[in-house]
Amino acid sequence: MSLDFTLAIGDDALVAAQRLGEWTSRAPEMEEDIALANIALDQLGAARLLLTYAGELEGAGRDEDDLAYLRGDREFRNCLLVELPNGDFGVTMAKLFFLAAYQSPLYTALAGCADERLAAVGAKARKESAYHLDHAALWVKRLGDGTEESHRRMQDAVDEVWPYVHELFAPDPAAPVDPSTLRADFDATVSAVLDEATLTRPETGWAPGGGRDGLHTEHLSYLLAEMQVLHRAHPGASW
Amino acid sequence: MSERTERSEGREGMPSQYGMSGASSPLWEVFVRARRGLSHTHVGSLHAPDAELALRNARDLYTRRQEGVSIWVVPAGAITASSPDEKDAFFDPAADKVYRHPTFYEVPEGAAHL
Amino acid sequence: MYGNDFAPPEDAPGGGLLGEVEAAEAALREAAARARRGGPAPDEDVEAYFTDVINADQKIEPRDWMPEAYRRTLIRQIAQHAHSEIIGMQPEGNWISRAPSLKRKAILLAKVQDEAGHGLYLYAAAETLGISRDELVDLLLDGRQKYSSIFNYPTLTWADVGAIGWLVDGAAIVNQVPLCRCSYGPYARAMIRVCKEESFHQRQGYEILHTLAHGTPAQKAMAQDAVDRWWYPSLAMFGPPDGDSTHSAQSMAWKIKRFSNDELRQRFVDMCVGQAEVLGLTLPDPDLRWNDERQAYDYTQPDYAELMRVIKGDGPCNRERMAHRRKAHADGAWVREAAAAYAAKRAERKEPVAA
Repeated sequence: MSLDFTLAIGDDALVAAQRLGEWTSRAPEMEEDIALANIALDQLGAARLLLTYAGELEGAGRDEDDLAYLRGDREFRNCLLVELPNGDFGVTMAKLFFLAAYQSPLYTALAGCADERLAAVGAKARKESAYHLDHAALWVKRLGDGTEESHRRMQDAVDEVWPYVHELFAPDPAAPVDPSTLRADFDATVSAVLDEATLTRPETGWAPGGGRDGLHTEHLSYLLAEMQVLHRAHPGASW
Repeated sequence: MSERTERSEGREGMPSQYGMSGASSPLWEVFVRARRGLSHTHVGSLHAPDAELALRNARDLYTRRQEGVSIWVVPAGAITASSPDEKDAFFDPAADKVYRHPTFYEVPEGAAHL
Repeated sequence: MYGNDFAPPEDAPGGGLLGEVEAAEAALREAAARARRGGPAPDEDVEAYFTDVINADQKIEPRDWMPEAYRRTLIRQIAQHAHSEIIGMQPEGNWISRAPSLKRKAILLAKVQDEAGHGLYLYAAAETLGISRDELVDLLLDGRQKYSSIFNYPTLTWADVGAIGWLVDGAAIVNQVPLCRCSYGPYARAMIRVCKEESFHQRQGYEILHTLAHGTPAQKAMAQDAVDRWWYPSLAMFGPPDGDSTHSAQSMAWKIKRFSNDELRQRFVDMCVGQAEVLGLTLPDPDLRWNDERQAYDYTQPDYAELMRVIKGDGPCNRERMAHRRKAHADGAWVREAAAAYAAKRAERKEPVAA
């Protein structure tokens, strides 16, 4: 179903943007503050296009803000990966790396799909996503092959986040792009970068999921409470 | 801004308790080609630990508003600058060659139509 | 960035100022185009040469001789300006996560990101004077260099984001536009770039307030409350009254500063009155009225005793702002060290290959 799929990847982008925005004025270096904001802006931009389209597909007159601000956490369809707290810079880079390694082939495939609107989003977002992947990979390598401390932290981050990647590739043959077809590409990217970073790819065991069905971690409700508080306090107002 | 003054004193008083990281990143000078057909122009500088990061930081810092189609980053330490004392000898011979316009110094961002 | 949903330029304030920035840029080019003097002649006094360049409205460039006090004054001023941009990310960054629409969120993120960019342009300009950014950051974190005291006030509601854009960025622009003509080349060039970008900031703030002021009664009340709280601190941004300002005279002679604090403050007030009327909001000054004789508005001075208290560290948020900055710096240390270590390893591995 196009609607569920569009909501899912739109919510991924929105929640990722919300988390990345939390870094503003807190990055390890001022230059990196700017880079993280750029990536957040890209994600937010994709989210707006996708949520707007989802609203049209739904046909109930909801726009991007209705969908972003007036749904509860059980109605969000994002993957669990993006809602996890930022942690330290290593955790954030692990999250971004895995997300971009998924989004990059996803948007590329989307660019060639039959749905024109989704194809247009894919064509635009895939370039951005390639940049996010490049940026995250660059840091994964530096932290993995930097100091003893950074290696330890980066390996911990990869281990911590890894279980959440499997959900991204749950088969959905009816979707405009079946996520399971992206796994090989993802695995190749991840292996190459982790190798160069002198990091070990974790064994796959526990594989939490549920985000696509609206069953989230405890973190999402807090994230939404903060994001939605002002909008909800003034029903019907324009901003 | 490649022509830094040579001195590096400038500390105002005692050393800082925050100067702990020690690992200060090198300075890079950034040159941007605003549009196809124009030469690269110096736009400013930034800090980065290596060239790859310098290039990416330059993209994020100096082309947020689509100001460029190509970027160079150069380690500031690799630039040798002429000194003002040599200026006459260096540059006056070119003074009558009006068809050669230096573009290095001026042109901050938005220098369209030039 | 997606979209093009920044406010269109029509009916926005500050157009005149942007014109001045462009004029300053043109003047910079003209000065550069005028018959240029080379360096001082061998027997010429360097100080006389320096004064000549200043008097001719030419720019001093990094490797020129300059009086030590000129250099120190510039370092202090540019650094404080850079620190202000970096600390100034915090009060507005406070509302990114809660921005009331996705469009506003995108604009605010881009705006706060610009502040970081401006900080970096300015640190780069300061570095041409022979001090490193690390040293400047240390001076900030140690509390030995200041940032604009305005950022020690809290952002309590969304309307504060609008008020900061309109009043604080507005005051900053009035202050900064003359700096586009500063005698020190790298600073003047950085300011031209900063001012051009800042004009979008002021417009987005004005647009936020305009929307609120024409929204629900609760939104309008929120907007008025924000203007009530930000008006006097914004006036105080121009610094103490001329009689009490210590650095002014020498800075004026060096063309680092071009107008006095009170002149700029007056200019700001005169701009704001009409803009407030368009918003339908009231500036919180019962004595604000047009003075036909002076061709300017009479207004109530801000509380300079309060300004001094905030500068000394006893504003509502001084401690938080510094703690936030120190924490970010300390938390990032391991990342910066890792990047340096990685670069060193790569350089080592490369060398034998190159040789």
